[in-house]
Amino acid sequence: MTYRHLLKTSLTGLATNRSRSVLTILGIVIGITAIMLVVSLGAGAQSLILGEVQGLGTNTIAVIPGQVSTSPTNVSALYSDSLKPKDVTALENKANVPGLVSLMPVVIGSDVASYGSNTYQVTIFGGTSLMADIFNLVPSEGQFYDQSDVNSLSDSVVIGSDVAQYLFDNQDPLNQNIKIKGRTFRVEGVLPKSGGGTLFNFDSMVLLPYTTAMTYVTGQKFYNRIIIQAVSDAAVPATANDVRLTLEESHNITDPTKDDFTVETQQTLANTLGTITSALTWFLVAVASIALFVGGVGIMNIMLVSVTERTREIGLRKALGARDRDILRQFLLEAILLTVIGGLIGIILGAGLAFLIALVLSSGLHVDWTFVFPWNGAILGMTVSAAIGLVFGGYPARQASKKSPIEALRYE
Amino acid sequence: MIMADKDDSIIAVKNLKKVYHDGETGTTALDGVTFDVRKGEFVAIMGPSGSGKSTLLHLLGLLDEPTSGSYHLNGKNVKSYEGDEIAAIRNSEIGFVFQAFNLLPRTTVVENVKLPLYYSSIPEHEWDGRARKAVEDVGLGHRMEHDQAELSGGERQRVAIARALVTDPDVIFADEPTGNLDSKSGKNVMSIIQRLNEKEGKTVVLITHETSTADHAERIIRLLDGVIDSDTRVRNRLTADDEYVK
Repeated sequence: MTYRHLLKTSLTGLATNRSRSVLTILGIVIGITAIMLVVSLGAGAQSLILGEVQGLGTNTIAVIPGQVSTSPTNVSALYSDSLKPKDVTALENKANVPGLVSLMPVVIGSDVASYGSNTYQVTIFGGTSLMADIFNLVPSEGQFYDQSDVNSLSDSVVIGSDVAQYLFDNQDPLNQNIKIKGRTFRVEGVLPKSGGGTLFNFDSMVLLPYTTAMTYVTGQKFYNRIIIQAVSDAAVPATANDVRLTLEESHNITDPTKDDFTVETQQTLANTLGTITSALTWFLVAVASIALFVGGVGIMNIMLVSVTERTREIGLRKALGARDRDILRQFLLEAILLTVIGGLIGIILGAGLAFLIALVLSSGLHVDWTFVFPWNGAILGMTVSAAIGLVFGGYPARQASKKSPIEALRYE
Repeated sequence: MIMADKDDSIIAVKNLKKVYHDGETGTTALDGVTFDVRKGEFVAIMGPSGSGKSTLLHLLGLLDEPTSGSYHLNGKNVKSYEGDEIAAIRNSEIGFVFQAFNLLPRTTVVENVKLPLYYSSIPEHEWDGRARKAVEDVGLGHRMEHDQAELSGGERQRVAIARALVTDPDVIFADEPTGNLDSKSGKNVMSIIQRLNEKEGKTVVLITHETSTADHAERIIRLLDGVIDSDTRVRNRLTADDEYVK
């Protein structure tokens, strides 16, 4: 039997039992749709997160106190007060870190801000004017504090849109005085609403010079972060290394595995986030695969019923000269055609749903979400569905080919 | 007992036995059957149900294997054939006509007739011509592209005959071909079978329990309890009216 006629025979067989064929592929359609959806949304989430991270500037290096936990035994190193003002002095020395352009100590805390009788729980974010450049913050009203504010420990603050709304209702907050820890701060700038789609939510933040924050708000003598800008993207690895060596020397550490700080570049951060999102995606793919497996068992079930129902047809074909392998190929091809058609529909459906979700997220909820057609999901889906046809169609097809022609012809 | 000359026989069975095993007990369907069929002969096999006539036809048609005994088809012992060779012989040397027609559903007349060609070694460019000629030969040229479901029982059986002929086999095996037909359609089918035998020299072996059908044959073998009860020539052979062949 030629392959063209084999294909024709199988297609005729499927068309003859149209409603059953449709029901059979439903399981595969659902499984592949789920996989496509998960892979597409995973890729979308990944590009969203990476886009945000890269938006922070790829020449940025962050120093975090403590060590990134690699085992449960060094959890204590997670929180640390190891970053001190003397480290900043050492890092700012051109001889130590020649690739450093600018540096910003960061202090993070949480406190209650009040205006009149209104209070609001805010995040305290202390830094320098460099913060505005790195996070691309442009006040919608007023202005950002500058280096002289940092040096003079001024009381100038910039507030997020939620802070402005909850403390001031409909009043203009500009140049008004708010209270944090009993001390009075003057609102010098108000940030526009950033929405929930960004990595950092500035809406509920009060931004102020780190010097002021340390002295009057948090009372701490260490930094929660040191942000460093390298001279160029290409200088990032060398600069990060210089930062590490300088801090080790400053902390009297000789064994790098005992570092009480972690140097993170945008590249390592992006890699970490990419690993996390793709691990999450593949986990969900594994879950969706269960649906596909159930669909495969459904195919086997229906194919076995089909083989029993078409016993007479098998007997007739054998009586007319069909060999065992002609029957085997016919039923195997029917199963594969079913799963491949189901896979194609699933790919179109899954991509379509992912596109709709992207549309809702981007235009409905103003999240910077782009639709990603999951080529790897599509290829995986097609391969898996063909394989399911081969595996789960194999047993029924073999049963069919082994039928004795007279048993088959006698079957009513 | 009528024995044909050795050289002339297309079918030669000797002491053919078939025992069906059902658990501990065995049921003997055929208990030593010996006969020859000449090339071009028209033989009817009769017998009450359970006499072994269907079993015999299945063995002759290579759909089943005997428990013991020998069967030569076209001078060759069929025991020497392997699986794929048996399929090839069913395809090229044997044509089957069944009581229940066994046409493929939702398939046209000409496509049904083409079915054996899919499994044959006949070159593909001959397929359409052969199938159409076979359909013309059974008088259904005007029904060529019709779905088989639109046809009457008699017409469907004629399609089945065309299907049996399309690979130009030497022998036609027919299992109660008129069993599901009214007498007029039955006569029509018998006249076609008779003409194939006489005009085209096809050997025909036909099972029936109706004497009116069997009397179209040259010779009647009667089976009883798995053995040959009688083997006689038909004296007043019926000839189907040519008016039905249209």
